[in-house]
Amino acid sequence: MNEIGLGHYLTLGAIIFTIGIVGIFLNRKNVIIILMSIELLLLAVNINLVSFSIYLQNLVGQVFTMFILTVAAAEAAVGLAIIVIYYKNKGSINVEHINSLKG
Amino acid sequence: MLVHSLFFYFFSSIVVFSAIMVIISRNTVYSVFFLISVFVSTSILFIMIGAEFLGMIMLIVYVGAVAVLFLFVVMMLNITEQISKKPIRKGIFNNISVGSIVAAIIFLELLIVIAGWKYKGTFVSLSNLDLSSNISNTHALGSVLYTEYIHLFQISGMILLVAMIGAITLTFSRKENIKRQNYFDQIKREKSSGVSLVEVERSKGIKLDE
Repeated sequence: MNEIGLGHYLTLGAIIFTIGIVGIFLNRKNVIIILMSIELLLLAVNINLVSFSIYLQNLVGQVFTMFILTVAAAEAAVGLAIIVIYYKNKGSINVEHINSLKG
Repeated sequence: MLVHSLFFYFFSSIVVFSAIMVIISRNTVYSVFFLISVFVSTSILFIMIGAEFLGMIMLIVYVGAVAVLFLFVVMMLNITEQISKKPIRKGIFNNISVGSIVAAIIFLELLIVIAGWKYKGTFVSLSNLDLSSNISNTHALGSVLYTEYIHLFQISGMILLVAMIGAITLTFSRKENIKRQNYFDQIKREKSSGVSLVEVERSKGIKLDE
């Protein structure tokens, strides 16, 4: 139990991934929390990739973690821009009020 | 090794606690702060297991850019809810039944995969991109990233460019009732449209601007 191995890091990633999914389901108040949950999901994926990269002594995982980081930053920027313009148009970003598409 | 495990449990418990607080805290600003805590602790974990460059990049990109962006947007939009004693939101448990079922399924699946991993330890064949102990992590990453993955690197740069243009275009708003320069009108103006020669009769004058 004292030896910290791959399984510990993978379990941590799994826990964070689950918390992110719960956050998407749980949240009915505003969309920003959902975006943060998506960031948590990407973070869990990053933890998995980095721990496998260290465990397998293979650098590709860290390279792809950088690309995931890039995509996460781009996604946050575009998502927040959409949220800002939505708030400007509708005056609310409550999830329950976003039903124009009747989805 | 004991120190390593102590550090791991300390920081990972911080990560898990902060991640839970991100999704259940009532104030969105607190959520952003807990998100920053998650990112900082995770980058410390990365540095601890030997991915120093990624840990530092996580600090710069996530804490320095993404979290500050979130903070800006949260503070720009007036979404503060009514202040109450409880920091946990009311009505938060509406969807918890479905959400907990889905989350439990996904968590169990991930645990099964993690537990089964050690039986397949030789499944993955290693490529020649080794982590060498002679050169630093940053050096090794750079030597791979700029040679074998240069196309992906440039495509990620294009993704950032597209995201930047998209964000600017989405939030750009042109104000009405303001006189602006119109460069195209200025440039395409020619002599024939701007200047005209008029014969003026003596002691009659001419009326312009008709």
